[in-house]
Amino acid sequence: MLLRHTNDTIIEREALTINPAKTCQPVGAMYAALGIHGCLPHSHGSQGCCSYHRSALTRHYKEPVMAATSSFTEGTSVFGGQANLLQAVETIFTVYNPDIIAVHTTCLSETIGDDVNQILQKARDDNYVPEGKFLIHCNTPSYVGSHVTGYANMVTAMVKYFSGKSVTKKNQVNIIAGWCEPSDMREIKNITSIMGIKTILFPDTSDVLDAPLTGHHEFYPKGGVTVPDLVSTGDSRYTIGLGPFCSEDAAVLLENKCKVPFDILNLPIGLEATDKFVMALSKAARVHVPDEITEQRGRLVDMIADMHQYFYGKRVAIFGDPDTVIPLTEFLLSLDMKPVYIVSGTPGNKFGTAMSALLSEKVPEAKFKNGERADMFLLHQWIKQEPVDLIIGNSYGKYIARDENIPLIRVGFPILDRVGHSHFPITGYVGGMNLVVKMLNAILDKEDRECREEKVELTM
Amino acid sequence: MRKIAIYGKGGIGKSTTTQNTVAGLAEAGKKVLVVGCDPKADSTRLLLGGLAQKTVLDTLREEGEDVELDDVVKLGFGGTRCVESGGPEPGVGCAGRGIITSINLLEQLGAYDDTSEDTDYVFYDVLGDVVCGGFAMPMREGKAQEIYIVCSGEMMAMYAANNISKGIVKFAEAGGVRLGGLICNSRKVDFEQNMIEEFARLLGTQMIHFVPRDNVVQRAEINRKTVIEFEPENNQADEYRELARKIDENKMFVIPKPLEMEQLENLLIQYGLAG
Repeated sequence: MLLRHTNDTIIEREALTINPAKTCQPVGAMYAALGIHGCLPHSHGSQGCCSYHRSALTRHYKEPVMAATSSFTEGTSVFGGQANLLQAVETIFTVYNPDIIAVHTTCLSETIGDDVNQILQKARDDNYVPEGKFLIHCNTPSYVGSHVTGYANMVTAMVKYFSGKSVTKKNQVNIIAGWCEPSDMREIKNITSIMGIKTILFPDTSDVLDAPLTGHHEFYPKGGVTVPDLVSTGDSRYTIGLGPFCSEDAAVLLENKCKVPFDILNLPIGLEATDKFVMALSKAARVHVPDEITEQRGRLVDMIADMHQYFYGKRVAIFGDPDTVIPLTEFLLSLDMKPVYIVSGTPGNKFGTAMSALLSEKVPEAKFKNGERADMFLLHQWIKQEPVDLIIGNSYGKYIARDENIPLIRVGFPILDRVGHSHFPITGYVGGMNLVVKMLNAILDKEDRECREEKVELTM
Repeated sequence: MRKIAIYGKGGIGKSTTTQNTVAGLAEAGKKVLVVGCDPKADSTRLLLGGLAQKTVLDTLREEGEDVELDDVVKLGFGGTRCVESGGPEPGVGCAGRGIITSINLLEQLGAYDDTSEDTDYVFYDVLGDVVCGGFAMPMREGKAQEIYIVCSGEMMAMYAANNISKGIVKFAEAGGVRLGGLICNSRKVDFEQNMIEEFARLLGTQMIHFVPRDNVVQRAEINRKTVIEFEPENNQADEYRELARKIDENKMFVIPKPLEMEQLENLLIQYGLAG
């Protein structure tokens, strides 16, 4: 019992978070930046921050994540980071030659008040930036928000720095991807491609963090949204933001800056969220939904109908990032499962509003919480009070799963101990089937292993 | 060895008072180390006869962490040893962190080892307001044991002194720091001496000395000297010698009892309007 000290008596906590369900802002900013083609993320702070953020991403994606750092020393913290950042910009363009450096800050540089905007302007004025190359930045103090906030900030920076409005509108739709896997971004592009819609998906980490092994190392893999594409987002017909926590700020800025109207949807996880996404695409691009999409949907519905008896009434605990957890909860409800406990370390009122709307009628006994005190410890205490049949979340759920003998399916960030998340989507109707299969396998494997001998069934 | 920190509202005359007091102690044969904790690095100008000082942080920046004590300690009037922490230019970096870095470095270099017999006094001269943890560094972890607050009869100076007392209470409970007294640096406010004596009494401390206002201080500063060096026969020089003697003989070290705002205002009404 690794978590044997956790008990079911919940004491109101004011200042203590135990096993938080979130990580640092810069992790998100770094991940988003990798979704731009030829981009080297740069961490403006001490080396340890950068090392941690790189390793967090590397362990999850099983790909080498490159990023540079301003390598703050004690002296830098006193005198400010300008000299280091200017030197870094010069060195990076000389040695590593990216198209873009995406700078994010750290707690240290934020606390001493470094003005990164001014430093980057100085770098441009003093000719540290070669022709056709770019510097962008966002502020990511980790004592505010979570990795989700950092992701949203970097995505917003893409709009701030690049989106432009020219004289001619383009017949294309912007899709701002909330935090999801390269496989999910690939699936989103599959859907739009089947529908025959020209889209700009940003950020786009497919073909960056799921690159094939070819025997030849690409420092900047072929994937990622390009700068001309980002510039052209200002001329698009419409913007669809997927996941309000990650995409809303950027979509609002894009509308203010270039008058591109927008819609904010959930990430297309599960039947209903994917339906809404497909319908929004159809409306935005003025195309009919092709049969192929309808058939994909039909296959998912068929699978749900076939296996409904195994889902019905199953109690589930979910933890993770709001943009993932909200549509996932919605999907479980459409399977007639009972998402009874939901936590997310990412703060924001939108979470509670969305959860109340989903759960108040269908699962009135459900408990949900987000923000600082919504941690893994609380989730475990709830499970101790009344157990669940399934846990859905990242690898940190394995300790609770083991102690309580509850199957865990790994969804979210980070997944440090399994593979597949980068390659098999959970978005779209195809992703829905993947989720259904994963949940069924976990529930039925446990049933097969533990049920009484006379109850073992060959056919299920 | 006694470790003393001087605090007070910005512009009240901390550096001037500190250096003149140190000159008085030096004249009396005491061995003194002065640590300037102001990014402007002007806390030892009068003792050194100018701003010739290379600061601890400049040295750290230019030479890395292989700093030698001799690189940053300069000898001034009467054999006083002078160090300036230094810090970033206004508007960038973190001056508070600078003070922490600098004091830690001096400690590592053995600038004020307790065992060292060649120092009787260490004086920390700290920037006006204790705006963040860095500026409280000299009070922390038993670095300075005695605090003297320079103030005058002006309301904002007393307000600042009261605030600094709150800081002292916090660190006094955790460490060993105590308030040694208020130094009244006169601004020729009505009933100034009586008011500050009463203020000190309410705080539970003493007004250790009333330094009258005299233009010789200004003339000495223009000549980059302390009054004791510039016009040793002047009455004002004797005032500083007297302050030095009182500090040297001081036995009254207390945890102050900061005033409520209303109490402080009543004090001002009582004395300020009494005339």
